[in-house]
Amino acid sequence: MTGHDDLPAAVRARRLEERLIAAGLTSDDEIDEYLTRLYAKASPVNGAQMVARAWIDPQYRDLLLSDGDVAAAELGFDGLGYALRVVANTATTHNVIVCTLCSCYPVSLLGPSPGWYKSFAYRSRTVREPREVLAEFGLTLPDDVGISVWDSTSEARYMVLPTRPAGTGELAADELAALVTRNGLIGTALV
Amino acid sequence: MSYPAGSTVRVRTGDPDHHTRVPRYVRGHTGVIVAALGQWPVPDDSARGIDPPRVETCYAIRFSAADLWGSGDHTVTVDLWESYLDRP
Repeated sequence: MTGHDDLPAAVRARRLEERLIAAGLTSDDEIDEYLTRLYAKASPVNGAQMVARAWIDPQYRDLLLSDGDVAAAELGFDGLGYALRVVANTATTHNVIVCTLCSCYPVSLLGPSPGWYKSFAYRSRTVREPREVLAEFGLTLPDDVGISVWDSTSEARYMVLPTRPAGTGELAADELAALVTRNGLIGTALV
Repeated sequence: MSYPAGSTVRVRTGDPDHHTRVPRYVRGHTGVIVAALGQWPVPDDSARGIDPPRVETCYAIRFSAADLWGSGDHTVTVDLWESYLDRP
């Protein structure tokens, strides 16, 4: 069995850490503390709660689409450390997020990014042939639904606001949030 | 200088030998400003340890797939700092 520590990328990352530590720029403790803090509360449940609230509350939806950081803070997710930009799916436009240069991603609201998000295949093909990529995720969009791809090349981090599924009018906020998946927040699933 | 939403810009060509956040696939292409995102340090400067780095407006800019790739009906929106841009 191959463990995480044996992966070439992990070996390379560790070498880089060792160089930074040797140069006096950081320490193992500092790196550990940062990662613990980053992942302690990071989960797609956070993004899902924001989506559910936006489905129920039109004012919150407007806030979410105009100032993502303020909207996140309103649900207790403050100090994101990035400019959150939320893009809404509509009947005629589907949004999907990618980072072609590296793997930028709103970790605190979506949890640790999936391996495929960081893969060369996803990063290079999503900007080139998103309809085919989405179909491989099991999401076949009608031809009359346009696709808007967002390449996260700056300090902004993107999240998709999926369309509320039909027949969910009776559901409470926590039940609605349970419908929202990580892939829905990236755009590789409908919800 | 700043670009209002809806205005057309061209991404500068060139291939700097230092770090940059301009994806190769938009260099030389024309796009439309969707929104100004904020004023942030230019990564080309930060990565080279230039202190202080230039701080510039960063824009979300939409490109058509047909223009970028010669095919496709989707759009690709890329965030680019002001000094990456020229008027067309």
